[in-house]
Amino acid sequence: MTEYAIEARNAVKAFGQGDVAVRALDDVSIQIRKGEFFTLLGPSGCGKTTLLRLIAGFETPTSGQILLDGQDITALPPNRRPVNTVFQSYALFPHLTVAQNVAFGLQMLGRPRAEVDRTVERMLALVKLEPMAGRKTSQLSGGQQQRVALARALAPTPKVLLLDEPLSALDLKLRKEMQVELKRLQTETGITFVFVTHDQEEALTMSDRIGVMSAGKLQQVGAPREIYTTPVNRFVASFIGETNFLPAVLGATGAVLGSGDVLALNTGGKTGPATLAVRPEHVRLVPAAEPGSLPATITGWVYFGTDTHVHLALRDGTEVVARLQSGATGDSALTKGEAVGLRFTDGALQILGD
Amino acid sequence: MSMESEARSRQTRRAWALSTPALLLLFLAAAGPLLIVLVYSFLLPGKYGNVEWGFSLDGWRGILYSRDIFDGSLKLADAHLTIFWRSVKLSLLTTIITFVVGFPTAWFIATRAPKARAMWLFLITIPFWTNLLIRTFAINEVLRNEGIVNTVLTKAGLIDAPIRMINTDFAVLVGMAYVYLPLMVLPLFAAIDRFDMKLLEAGYDLYASRMAVLRRVILPIVKPGIVAGSILVFVPSLGAYVTPRVLGGGKNMMIGNFIELQFGQGRNWPLGAALSMALLMIVMVALLVYVRAATKGSNPHG
Repeated sequence: MTEYAIEARNAVKAFGQGDVAVRALDDVSIQIRKGEFFTLLGPSGCGKTTLLRLIAGFETPTSGQILLDGQDITALPPNRRPVNTVFQSYALFPHLTVAQNVAFGLQMLGRPRAEVDRTVERMLALVKLEPMAGRKTSQLSGGQQQRVALARALAPTPKVLLLDEPLSALDLKLRKEMQVELKRLQTETGITFVFVTHDQEEALTMSDRIGVMSAGKLQQVGAPREIYTTPVNRFVASFIGETNFLPAVLGATGAVLGSGDVLALNTGGKTGPATLAVRPEHVRLVPAAEPGSLPATITGWVYFGTDTHVHLALRDGTEVVARLQSGATGDSALTKGEAVGLRFTDGALQILGD
Repeated sequence: MSMESEARSRQTRRAWALSTPALLLLFLAAAGPLLIVLVYSFLLPGKYGNVEWGFSLDGWRGILYSRDIFDGSLKLADAHLTIFWRSVKLSLLTTIITFVVGFPTAWFIATRAPKARAMWLFLITIPFWTNLLIRTFAINEVLRNEGIVNTVLTKAGLIDAPIRMINTDFAVLVGMAYVYLPLMVLPLFAAIDRFDMKLLEAGYDLYASRMAVLRRVILPIVKPGIVAGSILVFVPSLGAYVTPRVLGGGKNMMIGNFIELQFGQGRNWPLGAALSMALLMIVMVALLVYVRAATKGSNPHG
């Protein structure tokens, strides 16, 4: 019918009334394709959870539409939407066993008992919790509760699975395991996942596509690589990964930096003031005064183990960070105040809009 | 003996020593009178009240049977059974009414902002400030033939003659529901306050209707509060004395009034004592049933 599992059209959600109304979601339109792992990424308060709640039906939009499989579901209550949610706090039923939790949705749909039992068994196998079927959820560890929440939401085979920062309560090691697990579940079930997170690394490693949100607006939608390498604006560039920003004035064949240095650059016909962005891993140190390099001074460095972040200052004081692979014996070669040259990897410089 | 276990046993001894005054008071004030009542129930009634020493089972027999005045044969005492039945029926109905009214009230309070919540809870406890007798007479004032309800209805031209409400089971029920409502609301509030509201969304999300969420999620989880509230309402209802006396008149007696009658005009202290013990046993059985029902299949952490 349509290639989109979920579509939001000009969705607005305002909390409060009149002058004090806050737009948690400000005219957001988004298309999420069938069977994809889509991540809504943004800092807390950016509206990503609000959008998720609109899709689940827990909130109704102030204006705009939510479509599921091309059909308008804006007015449907949550219990009539074939969409299930994995809650941040899991929200498992404390009075039911693991198996009863997983069976809940199917029972509410009025499925025959034999089918419910079969599906519960299959779901528990999928999340590797068969031995826990008879346990109370309070007897499980955080990671196991997470799996129960997943099995419970997947059991009714929803058209879309919504995940509201489901990994944020887990410790780092468990979180990494669950990331792999989630990706596996998504591939195995073929269900569309809409995943909400503020963790950019999580978003980059798991998603087919990412929607970056800020201040109630969708900033950019694209594949992880696209978002990382060609951020459309300053917010996206700074929120995902680390970035050096260089204020510059664009000319026909290059840019003049604030320090007065000139960089050769394909500006694509744009002129005037702009911001250049470059990732720290694309900054290289070369001997001072090497032709074509920018003169800079080392102001300090931070050792991270696998790599070292070298802090540099251009002639006008603009800060630039270079990420260098750490040497085998550390980086005793660096000296504070030393004059060096900077070079950027070809094609690494981005011209940002605001 | 190791030092550790010696220290522990010393601690235990000290704990007992420190709780002696409380235990002594409990024994004298609670167990003592009960023992007296138990002993009295096996004695002979005195002519002008009090008891005469001499073993007799007549007190206990009198609970269910009455002796025929003429031939002295034992017959089932219908009047007694009616009183028992009325007591149990009214107590159960009171429990149900307070639950039906109290649950939405407790839910309302538990879902307010913390500041407003304290205010509402404070309002709930206000009736406790006034004497039970006075509160009951206030209800009398509302229900009696010349009372507020009848006056308003007559003035409004809705009725010609006053509706007779006072001195009926209905009046007793209204009075008891009013008096015991806070005892239902408070434990329900405590249970609902602990309830994770996210579970409602989880229920709706998993295709449960509002009714199904109430039945399958809310009620099972707040069950400990329901049980506690029901016990707190049912037990005193069963032994209620003031309310049936003031609102039920002399005819609509409950067990409490019946017991009082034996110690007063009836001048049959052994029967009164036996009735008291019987009431105690009914309450204990009821409690056992409640507790059994509450612990079975419920969350031990709840």
